[in-house]
Amino acid sequence: MSGLSGVTGRGMVLLVLAALGLAVAPFVADRYLVSVLTTVLWFAYVGQAWNVMMGFSGLLSLGHALYVGLGAYVSAALFVHFGVGPWAGMVLAMLVAVVAGCIIGFLGFRFGVKGVHFALLTIAFAEVARIGFDHITWVGGSGGFFLPVEAGASDPLNLRGSPVLFYYVALALVVGALLLSRVLLHSRLGYQWLAVREEPDAAEASGVDLFRARMTAVAVSSALTALGGVFQAFYFNNLFPEQVFSMGRSIEIILPAIVGGIGTLVGPILGAFILTPLGEALTFLIEAGGLDLPGLKQLFYGAALVVIVVFRPEGVWPWLARRLRLVRQPGEGA
Amino acid sequence: MPIDYYLNIAASGLLTGLVYGLAALGLSVIFGVVRVVNFAHGEMMVAGMYGAVLLGGWLGLDPLLSAPIMAALLFVCGWLLQRGLVNKFVERPEHMQFILLLGVATILVNAMLMLFGPDARNVQVPYSFDTVEIGPMLLDAVRLRAGAAAIVVAAALFAFFRFSRTGKAIRACADNPLGARVVGLNIDGLYALTFGIGAAVVGVAGALMTLLVDARPQLAPEYTLLSFIIVIVGGLGSLPGALLGGVLIGMSEALAGFLLTPSLKSLFSYGVLIVVLLLRPQGLLGKRS
Repeated sequence: MSGLSGVTGRGMVLLVLAALGLAVAPFVADRYLVSVLTTVLWFAYVGQAWNVMMGFSGLLSLGHALYVGLGAYVSAALFVHFGVGPWAGMVLAMLVAVVAGCIIGFLGFRFGVKGVHFALLTIAFAEVARIGFDHITWVGGSGGFFLPVEAGASDPLNLRGSPVLFYYVALALVVGALLLSRVLLHSRLGYQWLAVREEPDAAEASGVDLFRARMTAVAVSSALTALGGVFQAFYFNNLFPEQVFSMGRSIEIILPAIVGGIGTLVGPILGAFILTPLGEALTFLIEAGGLDLPGLKQLFYGAALVVIVVFRPEGVWPWLARRLRLVRQPGEGA
Repeated sequence: MPIDYYLNIAASGLLTGLVYGLAALGLSVIFGVVRVVNFAHGEMMVAGMYGAVLLGGWLGLDPLLSAPIMAALLFVCGWLLQRGLVNKFVERPEHMQFILLLGVATILVNAMLMLFGPDARNVQVPYSFDTVEIGPMLLDAVRLRAGAAAIVVAAALFAFFRFSRTGKAIRACADNPLGARVVGLNIDGLYALTFGIGAAVVGVAGALMTLLVDARPQLAPEYTLLSFIIVIVGGLGSLPGALLGGVLIGMSEALAGFLLTPSLKSLFSYGVLIVVLLLRPQGLLGKRS
């Protein structure tokens, strides 16, 4: 089976064009545009990671900032304190995030914490981490944790380099997550996830181990999200618990998938490409108008959330794919 | 005498906790009846705070007098929100309701940030530095008044649900929506009324809160989470539970802030939440579903 069954010729052409465009973008775009695209790709990536839990397995996590933050702090601490580069450090970063995810998952699933309560449990853990990291002076506490920056450094082995390097790393993350999601969704595990999402009782009756299926979803999602955190740490070179672990960050992570289409493969990517540029354009216009309105971008994101959930609850992508006839079957992948 | 210290801290924690409990009551009422989790609860509370701040600034109104005005304003807002938006989502999957109200919350908090800026604002009251001596305890006059007002509003709410016809109809709705519809109750109208009442209650809690805390937009998500914690600790849908949970959280925060460092006090509340979720997910006074 080719990995792209169900995509029409027209869809193929668009996919190839989009891939080509992203591959050559740094050669034609200026620095600003590259940085915006990098942000878009980052949100596309973490959106995909979140989608594994909510979209594929029906587990609503509103605390994904926890995994971003753990990934970021673990890799940054290894680099600053022990000189361990991010390519090695990301293994431990992912491991720590998976352990945290599994603790939350274990507590949640074993004790039957469902729905609202599960979402609140994820928020509670993220908040505990936020307040906790404020007090860990080994990684800077609330004053922030900074990675050493050398101007003009080019050391890809330690993920030090130009914005273009980061652009391609982010692009690789998105492509990797897309392929992984595709493979997972068409595996035995993926079918189990969908069954658990749609009808947990029926899934269990037909022999699916609910606990294991859900735990693997949490593990995969938290590991992927932690990688996004590693990227964030080395891209921005500074970490503040108030930002990294904040509830606002958790909401930003879920936005792309909701706007693009929960449970679809392309949804989170499309959602990020819709939201981030619009947000940037809005900020740009406001600044061009000589106004300083902090919060307007977030207000726009909130409005986008409401509009999408009221008018296109299944997201933009399923609707767009039907409209433009990009896939043969409605509900691509999910 | 160190025991006096603890008594004092516990008592002021209790009084603050009563206001927390009142805010959580609003959340509990909405969840208990409409079965929708109001993710914009803290945002409504901070709106109540800003209302009291503005009324205090313009008219020199005491927050205790601003409270009924904010109740009326937020009742209308809550009623409209339920009628216009949330009612369409009552039958939709839970995560959709969450996301909708998360969106509303994001809009509200950032609108307040744009309108009022990030700086803290407060209301001046003549008795802000007064203290009242009760036995061995020395309590702030503001805290006493806020706590007493919270009790009065909570008692009125209990009486409304217990004795009035409308209150009984709302309870019928909560117990069995289908049955309530069968006997001819206007479910959609009662839902809107309930959402309005929940919003009004949290508006009052916000106005009272300005006696204790300066208004900042950043408080909103904190209060949303705090209300959730309280409601879950007390038991989702249980009104006395919400009040009890508020008092518990208020006292534990005050003691934790005193014994540890103040910045760690909310960590304590999350700890309580996690323990309760695991050991008694239906909450202290909640019924097992």
